[in-house]
Amino acid sequence: MSETGNKNTVKIQEGDPNTTGHEWDGIMEFDNPMPRWWLWVFYATIVWGIGYSIAYPAWPLVSEATSGMLGWSSRAKVEAEIAAVETANAPINAQLEALELAAIPGHPELEDYAVSAGAAVFKTWCAQCHGSGAAGAKGYPNLLDDDWLWGGTMEDIHTTVSYGIRNEESDDARFSAMPAFGRDGLLEKEQVSQVVNYVMSLSDTPQDASQVAAGAAVFEANCASCHGEDASGDIYQGAPNLKDAIWLYGGDYETVYETVWNSRYGVMPNWDTRLSEAEIRAVSAYVHQLGGGE
Amino acid sequence: MAILDKHKILETNATLLLICSFLVVTIGGLVQITPLFYLENTIEEVEGMRPYTPLELAGRDIYIREGCYVCHSQMIRPMRDEVERYGHYSLAAESMYDHPFQWGSKRTGPDLARVGGRYSDEWHVDHLRDPQAVVPESVMPKYDFLERTRIDGKYIGDLMATNAIVGVPYSDEMIEEARRDFRAQADPDSDYDGLLERYGENVNVRNFDGQPGVSEADALIAYLQMLGTLVDFSTFTPDASR
Repeated sequence: MSETGNKNTVKIQEGDPNTTGHEWDGIMEFDNPMPRWWLWVFYATIVWGIGYSIAYPAWPLVSEATSGMLGWSSRAKVEAEIAAVETANAPINAQLEALELAAIPGHPELEDYAVSAGAAVFKTWCAQCHGSGAAGAKGYPNLLDDDWLWGGTMEDIHTTVSYGIRNEESDDARFSAMPAFGRDGLLEKEQVSQVVNYVMSLSDTPQDASQVAAGAAVFEANCASCHGEDASGDIYQGAPNLKDAIWLYGGDYETVYETVWNSRYGVMPNWDTRLSEAEIRAVSAYVHQLGGGE
Repeated sequence: MAILDKHKILETNATLLLICSFLVVTIGGLVQITPLFYLENTIEEVEGMRPYTPLELAGRDIYIREGCYVCHSQMIRPMRDEVERYGHYSLAAESMYDHPFQWGSKRTGPDLARVGGRYSDEWHVDHLRDPQAVVPESVMPKYDFLERTRIDGKYIGDLMATNAIVGVPYSDEMIEEARRDFRAQADPDSDYDGLLERYGENVNVRNFDGQPGVSEADALIAYLQMLGTLVDFSTFTPDASR
């Protein structure tokens, strides 16, 4: 090897660039210049950087950073974007706010707008409880049907959305509370069982038909003042209609028993502090047209 | 070309190269970091911030322990889509008592910077127990064990003292009364006047999970229900030029 080792050594030829001057085991390195296109791009980025730091916020000084010739800031930008949208919608929002609530459904142009805008509001703020399709969940009312706890007119829906239900934040929140008939000792176990069977008999088959008659008496004495003599509910107290087969928590014996024994009710936040009047009207119109609006 | 010849000294002396590299990186770091400590327009003062109550702090610890931050950020960026979905963009000062902060932009779940008051306590209990029961599309795991796990706040005073070391203004009195405040916040029938006196009138005192005693769900919901509610944007307008 030692005799033939240098056979493949490349000889430096005329016109080759200089070498860097290093040599290891016969290996040398040409000192090639950077490609010209690369250099120009590099210089261009330096110029761009200087220009950028003049135009936009950049250099830290004594009490604040330079704010840039363009006066750009992320906060001003988002405020301008939102203001632009609000300005664009201002005329139609003003119309929406000026119209009487009951007149919005059926108003050809405004209803289209209100329902589209309301759908966006609903999917952002309401869907987590009432479901993205508004079908509700256990304990969270279905808004697609015509069974309303607190009323289904535009005014009712608007009030519910604005002030919420049983929350502590709004003084105007709708409020009612069903007593815990069993837990608080208002009714005996036997009586709870009877009234549950009676309530079940109104919409479906009771678990024990022999208790229905006694349950009717318990109902009249304890429940009728809110749910009504005929158990059709009372939207002024948020008392559910018990004659239909629509249940908020479930209509089987165990669930209704639990409801009567412990009582249960939901809480809805007030939205008047988070949404604008136009947004509340829009989402009310959206909910109103889902199927059950009165 | 003389300066390039000098450069050869660096290239051929490893120790010198190391020292000089360190110097360059130090200067770069100082230029970027130091101004943040003294520039007036990076230190924004807002109204309404207060340290977390003992119960909220315990909830925050549970939030971190369970890795909620892996999917949920607490930073609403100044962009229209985020502001319209989550509320007013976050201010740096709103994280001033966070150790560590919960910023981020990687979201599997929604941002929680302003989740406080957005849902009822009952919703939070239902949702932690079984997220899909209320949001069928959700991929969030179940945290039903939180409402079954009791906590007594035995070490909450120590945690507050540790926070005080890194600058959270917990007074000696707050640390001393930590355990009492911890229990009082989850029990509306208790005497919670001291708690409100120390932390302000806007502290939520409720039985968050609806069960007697203090559970981890109480602490976590107390924390979630105050997130982003301290600064009142109806009276405070942040400087738009920042």
